[in-house]
Amino acid sequence: MIADLPVSVLIASVLAASAPLIIIALGETLTEKSGVINLSLDGVVLFSAMAAFAAAKETGSLGAGFLAGGCAGMITGLIVGYLSIYLHLSQVAVGFALSLLCRDLAYFLGNPYSRIQGPTLLAARLPFHDTLPSFLQNILSQPLTVPAALTLIALLWYFFNATRSGLALRSVGENPAAAFARGLNPNKVQMLAVLAGSFLVGLGGAAYSLSLKPGWGRPQGAEGIGWIALALVIFGGWHPLRVALGAMLFAFLQVSGISLQNIFPSIPAQVFQTAPFPLMIFTLIFMHYSTRKSRISTKPANRLQRRLGLLFMSRAPKSLGKSYQQE
Amino acid sequence: MDVEFKHIGKRFGAVQALKDINLRAISGSIHGLIGENGAGKSTLMKILTGYQSRSEGAIFIDGSRVELKSPEEAADLGIGMLYQEPMDFPSLTVLDNFSLGCPPQSESHLRRSLLELSTRFAFHLVPEQMVELLTVGERQQIELLRLIHCKTRILILDEPTTGISPAQKEALFPVLKQLTEEGMTILLVSHKLEEVAALCNEVTVLRHGRITHHTKAPFHFPELLHAMFGSIPEHDDKEAPRDTGDVVLSFHTVEAEGERLGLHGCTLNVRAGEIIGLAGLDGAGQSTLLRLAAGLTFPEQGDVTLFGSVLPRNSSASHIAQRQQTAFLPADRLEEALFHDISLSEHFSLKEHNPPFLQSGKKSCRQAEKDIATFSIKGKAEDMAKDLSGGNQQRLLLALLDPESRLVLLENPTRGLDIRSGQWVWQYLRNELPPDTAILFSSPELDEILHYSNRILVFHDGEIVLDSDVHNTNHDAVAAAMTGVQ
Repeated sequence: MIADLPVSVLIASVLAASAPLIIIALGETLTEKSGVINLSLDGVVLFSAMAAFAAAKETGSLGAGFLAGGCAGMITGLIVGYLSIYLHLSQVAVGFALSLLCRDLAYFLGNPYSRIQGPTLLAARLPFHDTLPSFLQNILSQPLTVPAALTLIALLWYFFNATRSGLALRSVGENPAAAFARGLNPNKVQMLAVLAGSFLVGLGGAAYSLSLKPGWGRPQGAEGIGWIALALVIFGGWHPLRVALGAMLFAFLQVSGISLQNIFPSIPAQVFQTAPFPLMIFTLIFMHYSTRKSRISTKPANRLQRRLGLLFMSRAPKSLGKSYQQE
Repeated sequence: MDVEFKHIGKRFGAVQALKDINLRAISGSIHGLIGENGAGKSTLMKILTGYQSRSEGAIFIDGSRVELKSPEEAADLGIGMLYQEPMDFPSLTVLDNFSLGCPPQSESHLRRSLLELSTRFAFHLVPEQMVELLTVGERQQIELLRLIHCKTRILILDEPTTGISPAQKEALFPVLKQLTEEGMTILLVSHKLEEVAALCNEVTVLRHGRITHHTKAPFHFPELLHAMFGSIPEHDDKEAPRDTGDVVLSFHTVEAEGERLGLHGCTLNVRAGEIIGLAGLDGAGQSTLLRLAAGLTFPEQGDVTLFGSVLPRNSSASHIAQRQQTAFLPADRLEEALFHDISLSEHFSLKEHNPPFLQSGKKSCRQAEKDIATFSIKGKAEDMAKDLSGGNQQRLLLALLDPESRLVLLENPTRGLDIRSGQWVWQYLRNELPPDTAILFSSPELDEILHYSNRILVFHDGEIVLDSDVHNTNHDAVAAAMTGVQ
């Protein structure tokens, strides 16, 4: 594989590195499916990472840390939701301003916790760890965030495609006026989606400061992740599985960048650190065009194709970013 | 259930849309509500569904006063409405659209109900299909079936026959009568007197937001027309045939996708000056043909030739068509042809060929006001396009149409228009455009096609089954061809 890295270690590190990003991107997917764009993601990730680390440090409990991260995310969601859904302010403007505010607030409030040791979520060993071949031992000893993220993919897909609430949420994202005419309350549905989505984003932020890049500081290491998550949601076509695959791809680029650095010591380290971002964009554009044809012809010929379609086909909610006002 | 409106009034800002409406619809009957475009029929019905609030008055159902603050509350009381413009979710499947708004049920049960109901009404609906691929008429069918499935007891139909074919109409009417026999109350909003006469037990006429007439069956048409319009619009005489010139548009063995079954083996020549009516059941290929000619979709095989040059199979086709002075007016005016939140005067500014760098608000407003007066659009220069009624949207589109157009393609030009607006549209098309302009139009109204066209093309399942001069055919022959009877 790449350099001297065994395949199993590579898979393990990709899974570990992608887990927080998956949680964040899926949180945003949930929000955007209802028609609201939460652009504050990047600041919120840092803010919740800080809140999670501070809470975990103060209480000594990882659970409290994750809860604090989630709640920090949800509070920002409350602000975005209230301003854009009920006061009809521009979602883009509110999100941007809040993103900058949250980032600075995180650095300011987090100062006392900078560069100190705190509780860390370590890789858990399965009870039957020793009976496994070493290949699987490497892959399967992961922090809890990894199985949580993987479960979330399936859960969210199931929620969108198999539950009534999921259908209601999608319908509001498509045409809030029609949803209202059918007895739904679009504002309430959107608000709930924003709160749930931003709670997940907060959990993702916590997963950075408590597990993947333990500790707090400036820079923390999660900077820019929010923007990547936003891009993943768009290129992933608002589809949980594709969004998650995109997150894994990004993690793969990051991990392989580190090992490539060892092979080519003459190339400046910054190249490998920043390479994943442009590479990600190129890959996503490539993916976008290669799947374009299949997305355009939307006539499902048989049951199997329909199932496959449900698995992979998806696109922007029609009313995304538009504020809905009742007549 | 009986519905009673008492002293209902509705104001939009300074505009009094409805004033002192008193109306009673009795259980087990069909109550017609007629009036010209913008008379306030739809607003009154939206108040009953809780979609819009009322400014004054009260609503009673079976004698007890109800608030109707939201559609949810109305739906709980069994009130359901089929909106004139489809209120649905284009990117969801037929089944999803069918199930949204109904009490939770298993998917297999919903699918079975959908198929049973569509068989009963002779509709052809595929549960897995995306709604955006369907025609407006088919989308309304889903909605109607959903309302029946949701156990609606007070059913409001706002122009229910706008998008469906005569054959489907014949299937629909008995079902509506059957539903009232089962105790349903139906409120039918329409501007087609024939429909009202065939279905309704009682009729109320609205004009400028007030009730001008109320009567029980049997109906006296001149009386109703007088209440609707003040004066009775005269049915203009069959107009003289027009001279035809060179071929402006030709199709050569064209195969294309679109609508239900696409378009197959289509060969056709259209000459300058011809007015061709495209008849057929909803989705039989008429729209596909119009869109191919406008360069909006491309053939899979065969060529579309416009003014001597073959249209390319890419998105430049529609630009080329426009440069050749071809105009296309879609049925869904607000979605495809106008901009919701752009004012009328800005619509006029947008069509200028060499616009100045700076937009002069005053000057464009003055120009727009002139056009608004010429086309008698009920609206002001600074109004948004979405605030216009259907008839006025069509007038705006005609005002935006290049008067030098050489080929005009119209998808259901009188959709949702009352008699007077419809006549006005045709008067404009025939008399104000140059006489050598070729006009192709589709319409679900056979009478409109027989009356205004020189030549008729009949579509059935994506094929042209009849191509005839209007004098060599008749109503029954066209109707038979539409349904596939040879």
